[in-house]
Amino acid sequence: MATTFAHRVCPDTGLKVCRHAEALIKANAVVAIVFLAIGGLFGLLVALTRWPAVHILPADLFYLALTAHGADILIFWIIFFEIAILYFASAVLLNCRLATPRFGWLGFWLMLVGALMANVAVLQGESSVMFTSYVPMQAAPHFYLGLILFAVGALIAVFVFFGTLVVAQHEKTYEGSIPLVTFGAVAAAIIAVYTIASGAIILIPTFLWSIGLIGDIDTLTYRLVWWGLGHSSQQINVAAHVAVWYAIAALTIGSKPLSEKVSRGAFLLYIAFLPIASAHHLLTDPGISSEFKVFNTSYAIYLAVLASMIHGMSVPGAIEAAQRRNGFTRGVFGWLRNAPWGNPAFSGMFLSVVMFGFVGGISGVVLGTEQLNLLMHNTLYVTGHFHGTVAAGTTLAFMAITYLVVPLIFRRELILKGWCKWQPYLFGLGAFGISMLMMGAGTLGVSRRHWDMTFSDATLSFDYPPAAFLMMGLNGVFAVLATIGGIMFIVVVVGSVLVGKPRDEETAKTAPIIFQGGGATISGHGGEATLKLPGTVTLVTVFFISFVLYYFVNWKFLSEVWPLS
Amino acid sequence: MAITPPEERLWWKEPLARMEVMWISIAFVWGLVMFFTMVYWHIDGQQNLSNEAYRISPDAFAEKVEAFAAEYTVREEGDTGIPVVRPPAGGDAYMLGRLWEWWPILELKKGESYRLHLSSLDWLHGFSLQPANINIQVHPNYEMVLTVTPDEAGVYSVVCNEFCGIGHHQMVGRIHVVE
Ligand code: HEM
Ligand SMILES: [Cu+2]
Ligand SMILES: [Cu+2]
Repeated sequence: MATTFAHRVCPDTGLKVCRHAEALIKANAVVAIVFLAIGGLFGLLVALTRWPAVHILPADLFYLALTAHGADILIFWIIFFEIAILYFASAVLLNCRLATPRFGWLGFWLMLVGALMANVAVLQGESSVMFTSYVPMQAAPHFYLGLILFAVGALIAVFVFFGTLVVAQHEKTYEGSIPLVTFGAVAAAIIAVYTIASGAIILIPTFLWSIGLIGDIDTLTYRLVWWGLGHSSQQINVAAHVAVWYAIAALTIGSKPLSEKVSRGAFLLYIAFLPIASAHHLLTDPGISSEFKVFNTSYAIYLAVLASMIHGMSVPGAIEAAQRRNGFTRGVFGWLRNAPWGNPAFSGMFLSVVMFGFVGGISGVVLGTEQLNLLMHNTLYVTGHFHGTVAAGTTLAFMAITYLVVPLIFRRELILKGWCKWQPYLFGLGAFGISMLMMGAGTLGVSRRHWDMTFSDATLSFDYPPAAFLMMGLNGVFAVLATIGGIMFIVVVVGSVLVGKPRDEETAKTAPIIFQGGGATISGHGGEATLKLPGTVTLVTVFFISFVLYYFVNWKFLSEVWPLS
Repeated sequence: MAITPPEERLWWKEPLARMEVMWISIAFVWGLVMFFTMVYWHIDGQQNLSNEAYRISPDAFAEKVEAFAAEYTVREEGDTGIPVVRPPAGGDAYMLGRLWEWWPILELKKGESYRLHLSSLDWLHGFSLQPANINIQVHPNYEMVLTVTPDEAGVYSVVCNEFCGIGHHQMVGRIHVVE
């Protein structure tokens, strides 16, 4: 049996929580949330500048803020939080001690120093190169160095995670297979290794070039390898937030996977196919063959999309099954109407599932279609798409699970319960709005990363259609909503951690966080899917029809542009 | 639960429910449809980006574009001093991107095809033809050659949509399409 290690027994779950794991989860989560706050404020400034009537920043500060927004929020917020998830999914869920906590701290400090270094470089103003830092535009050397240190730290953390899995297996801290959530985390971690390797291959030479040690770097090679990092890191996010969806559904309503086999199979598809799709960022680049583009952008034959569609069915399916088992059996959607919509963990998770699928997912597949890409490459459509995936999807899912992490790991009661309740809706609505409006403006051709859509000081004038201006104004309004939602989140979390009522065994009994009851009542064989799930069938049908229609509408648009060959 | 080891230890032996089998099959077939739609469009579609590209130094490309402009310039655009170049129908047309302009201005005839050569003299730029909405990544050291057939007359703008520094938002070029 398990060897002894410094731990406490969680009064809510009965799990043994390793002290080192707990401390590292806290540290990574806190830093993550600080970067979310900083990055979010830069996002607001960017959105207000792109609101033509407000146009708040001058050009140089706009490009600086945009670089900071991308780096702080896409890289630092998300990855710090993911490291916290990895430690949670390994040490905590497996009842195990964390392997080599010292390396966990080494990784943490490297990441923190790297992130700060990159931020300093950006704020000094000599590194407004966007987080993609395409050559031959050059940033200050410590910008690249910061990113490299951050990546090395993250890699160390990933290996601590793998080490913990080995320890858990060796010390037999669990029986049978690892839980599905941990399995999802393993998928994320494996993709992370690939991602960080690509990052090293491209960023180290770029750093050496920035200090004059090596000559020019080929622009196409840079983009190809850089997107091995940039694209795959988005797949870490997908695997991680899908794992988070499953975890929240389990914790809040006691849901079980419909079928372990199906859900795990889908994660395996991610590992096998996600890393290859980096070419969907290069669909309009010269010198790459169509054969390669078609194969690569479709993940072979859309096998990773298949995996996402599977989760898109099995997550709501698991929720419906659990709700029906919990007694909400009326009609097709009684289970959904009676879901715990006042619980921010649940509402945030469900909004994240729906928006990731309908907004981020569908637009991503359209955008990644070889020929369709030329309609929207580098327009705001791209930015709209990925706010659907990373803001409305990943970020909202991570916010949602934070509402469970604060009481379970930080052992604090949430303050401002009313704010908690509304926060996911406000942030979700804001993120939905900016995603849709930027997609709309992009469809009308508006460029991304662009300070002045009026082209007021250009030699040759050009006017985007008036509808595009309207959309960018509305985009500013929704950006303000998202920011309010973001600020509420930060206030609630920071406030609860600092001044929330400590959560003791008494409160764990009187005000349980984790779903009580259910659980054991379902008979094993055939899993949950032996139940009828008409609500989920309806949802996926609506999803599928929207997907197909929208996909072919875009081919119709394409057929109307100038013939090209 | 998803946070505990599977109850069924031999979870990989559990049978699939009908709904799961249906959805996985539908999603799989849909993936095939989307895959073959791209392939089909290469065979029968009108809008495909060309794969024709050459390595070329910025200087060599600049020389070609200047020779092209010297031969076919028909006028200057207003008082901007930018040449408007009218390539022969069916012939080669050149446009270069550099900090921060697209050069020269082209005048094309509606319904005729041209071999358009694009490259950059310095950084990455984004050729975004508006309002037609054709967006192409332009690299230095690579010359991309694509055949375009403008099918509507009008004044088109070429916005730069790849961030290229502080003058990025001033980088606008032009293509006239005439009857
Ligand atoms: C307060 C909420 C947010 C607002 C108002 C916001 C707004 C914006 C706007 C207006 C742009 C710039 C479009 C352009 O000019 O190209 C942008 C870019 C971006 N946003 Fe956000 N965003 C928010 C949250 C997020 C989140 C949560 C993420 C990721 C987790 C994110 C990731 C990005 C990235 C990666 C870019 C691209 C930067 C680049 O082009 O280099 N944003 N955002
Ligand atoms: Cu440019
Ligand atoms: Cu530009």
